[in-house]
Amino acid sequence: MAHPYIPNSAPRVKAEMLREIGVRDVEELYADIPESLRFRGKMNLPEPLSSEYELRRHVEGILAKNKTCQEYLNFLGGGCWQHYVPAVCDEINRRAEFLTAYGGEPYEDHGRFQALFEYASMMGELVDMDVVNVPTYDWAQAASTSLRMATRITGRKQVLLARTVGPDRLSVIRNYCRPDIEVVLIDYHLETGQMNLDDLKDKLSAQTAAVYFENPSYLGFIEPQGEEIAALAHEEGALCVVGVDPTSLGVLAPPSAYGADIICGELQPLGIHMQYGGGLAGFIATRDEERFVAEYPSRLFGIAPTVVEGEYGFGDVFFERTSFAQRERGKEFVGTATALWGITAGVYLALLGPDGMRELGQGILQRSQYARRRLSEIRGLRAPVFRGAHFKEFVVDFTAAGRTVAEVNRALLDRGIFGGKDLSAEFPELGECALYCVTEVHTKADIDRLAEALEDCVR
Amino acid sequence: MSTKLRRFHQARWDEPIIYELSTEGERGLLVSQVEEEIEKAVGDGLSEIPESMRRERPPNLPELSQAQVLRHYLRLSQETLGADLNVDIGQGTCTMKYSPKINEQLATSPKVAELHPLQDEGTVQGILEILYKMDLFLREISGLDQFSFQPGGGAQALLAIASIIRAYHRDRGEAHRDEIITTVFSHPSDAAAAAVAGFKVITLYPDEDGYPDIEALKEAVSERTAGLMITNPEDTGIFNPRIAEFTRIVHEAGGLCSYDQANANGILGITRAKEAGFDLCFFNLHKTFSSPHGCGGPSTGALGVTKELAKYLPVPLVEFDGGKYRLNYDRPHSIGKVRSFYGVVPVVLRSYAWVMSLGAEGLREVAEIAVLNNNYLLKKVLEIPGASAPYAPGKHRVEQVRYSFEGLAEETGVGTEDVQRRMFDFGVHYWTSHHPWVVPEPFTLEPTESYSKAELDEYIAILRQVVKEAYTDPEKVKNAPYNSVVHKIDHAALDDPSQWAVTWRAYLKKVKGR
Repeated sequence: MAHPYIPNSAPRVKAEMLREIGVRDVEELYADIPESLRFRGKMNLPEPLSSEYELRRHVEGILAKNKTCQEYLNFLGGGCWQHYVPAVCDEINRRAEFLTAYGGEPYEDHGRFQALFEYASMMGELVDMDVVNVPTYDWAQAASTSLRMATRITGRKQVLLARTVGPDRLSVIRNYCRPDIEVVLIDYHLETGQMNLDDLKDKLSAQTAAVYFENPSYLGFIEPQGEEIAALAHEEGALCVVGVDPTSLGVLAPPSAYGADIICGELQPLGIHMQYGGGLAGFIATRDEERFVAEYPSRLFGIAPTVVEGEYGFGDVFFERTSFAQRERGKEFVGTATALWGITAGVYLALLGPDGMRELGQGILQRSQYARRRLSEIRGLRAPVFRGAHFKEFVVDFTAAGRTVAEVNRALLDRGIFGGKDLSAEFPELGECALYCVTEVHTKADIDRLAEALEDCVR
Repeated sequence: MSTKLRRFHQARWDEPIIYELSTEGERGLLVSQVEEEIEKAVGDGLSEIPESMRRERPPNLPELSQAQVLRHYLRLSQETLGADLNVDIGQGTCTMKYSPKINEQLATSPKVAELHPLQDEGTVQGILEILYKMDLFLREISGLDQFSFQPGGGAQALLAIASIIRAYHRDRGEAHRDEIITTVFSHPSDAAAAAVAGFKVITLYPDEDGYPDIEALKEAVSERTAGLMITNPEDTGIFNPRIAEFTRIVHEAGGLCSYDQANANGILGITRAKEAGFDLCFFNLHKTFSSPHGCGGPSTGALGVTKELAKYLPVPLVEFDGGKYRLNYDRPHSIGKVRSFYGVVPVVLRSYAWVMSLGAEGLREVAEIAVLNNNYLLKKVLEIPGASAPYAPGKHRVEQVRYSFEGLAEETGVGTEDVQRRMFDFGVHYWTSHHPWVVPEPFTLEPTESYSKAELDEYIAILRQVVKEAYTDPEKVKNAPYNSVVHKIDHAALDDPSQWAVTWRAYLKKVKGR
């Protein structure tokens, strides 16, 4: 029986094609592979589930063991966030034309080029920059590449990073900077989380290529010293690189407003499901200066004229800089990453528009402030740990309650709640702390339920 | 029986840029409202933000109602030629196979889509089981000992591989090993990712028969050799029968050997990384293992290593104690992370379902039919005037062939890029080659297992038609396309810093003078 995915396994067709090629057996087509390299055993794989029905039953049976953030009330963030995904975002990224396209040219894949150009155009407005790349793997990669770009632009080999950078991202950055770029961490103030500018001044030098911080930070607070940090970096001839959560930019100033030269961040909150962390996608944005554009490894799609007056064509901007054109002499490397999520983020921004992005940001601020207030009323809890403004995440301290975060989270789990991320290993200096995330998906009732459950857990 | 050519015309909506569709005051989506009690308790939420950190002017995003956003993007989707719609054998090296719809439904179910990566392990046993079992499957398929799904694509897998090679030599006190050897017919990322990881890259060129030059390899290895990063079969579709000698030579020089199996479609169950002596490999799950390409991702480069190198894999890895699946972060020798969290999990799920639908015999059938289709196509292409398949004359190829239209270009002045544009008029893709063009006027076809004989015949008929036009009316081919979405593009502006425009605002400023 021919497999439904393999049309020419039908015996008559197969025989006809073999005849046409002039061989008796497919084995003859492998004649160039020496016997010593042939695998003659049988791969130890499960018996196939030959019908689609059996396959569905099998996979759904396994997946049924998962408990999702629709079934449980979720307050986890920390690099992947639960936001509402508009139906139109799913509708567009599930279209067969986009879902199954790949690397065609700007003729038969014109729509793919235009959708990604528009995505870049809208992200450019959000961060107030003129150049945005076709997305890379995630924020961590976007930050890593931004830093390598900075080292090439400045000709220097050291980068300074806020100590509050997300540890998961920091691990990616460290590996990506090896072996030639030195990564140095800048201390933060325990009361505010904000960067210690004295430490920054001490460490800045003529070796520094870039200063990198995140706003809002991994720990949720807003870093208000952007202007000072950028000015200090620029005084030493270094660049200022800022990582950002785009959902904040309807209400928060874009980093370009306080001196950022390169902006990077995560697209997942813009209409992309969390997918157990599989929905991440990273963006990089800069001014439209040749010395910046020349250092992007990513593809950049630009508008170009066609032979027909008034018709928009597209194509690769400055393709010669890429590894596709220059192999190891290109800028880093480019390959398949997350284009479909770039298209999706564009759809999201088009749906919300300027007012929607402001309302989104404002609603998140209000809910998150309400949650902090409710949690801070619980005896033994301190929320937020850092003094100052926050966006959607904040740190809660359980030390005074005499409970570990692990204990609290187990108790919350019993009540159908995913508590905040345990920070006690990542930031031991903070004590028994957890990172809580509140977004527009949370109602007052959800937040009250969390507060009541926590009260119960620490009593 | 002659194949009928379609009177094709792609959708041409002449669709404006989304900013040109904007009308002040329209909205595509309303955001969930904050309850009054919250507003009463905390106020407008904005006053907490220091003034210097507040956004002054709203972002200049377009304003459209919902149906208008939908319609715009649906039109753009129709102006995009997905594999589901065409005989997608023209994008050689990309393995444009069928991505089963059932796998799409499974991967987009809330049981995957609505999982947060930091959930308690007890609540994600299903998805951890999928990751664990897919690792076991790939061990069987490759012969290697453990896999990580963290890399978000082939190039990132190569970066991870280069990082592991670096860590391995450092731990052995041989940090002076700073050279990676690759071949020109291996993917550009083999060279580029190695360079990012700090290696000097040595590139081998083919010998007269199209095989990577073994004499050149012998000359290249030294006490500075860190490793070999190589594809086999290469983009030419020629299998290097001396590959075990290659890995032996590099091993004897003290280097590690990495097998770029981004595309392993012709050799599943036929030959493996282990028997050829490789220490590391990766598979692109969005190629061989059927996950859709998504306009260029999301994707996964599944990274496999031998036991000896397993301690270097990115953290965390999924483990199973017979009762429970867990994520193990306690791996002190790990290179750390190459991507956040655990990789592109739904891609792994689709690949798991694909393997489960085929089994061991089915995977082998995939490879055999992909090779059958390729050799059938090879025979048909060689019957076309002006076309050739450089190297290894008379030999069979594995899953793809890098052809040449050098003859056509010499005889008619029509080059491969002209042919490419004309092919679009018939509703199919046609890819030339990565640079440098070692094969003159190249084109690369890879029929995979997914297309019927009738479809292969259709593609050949289109190719024949375009070549016929090249001989009879070369200008027609050179000025193509006519029936595609747009007409011939003038690329000059894209390389001119004073004219290029990567965003609409840059376009308005630089080109429109606004």
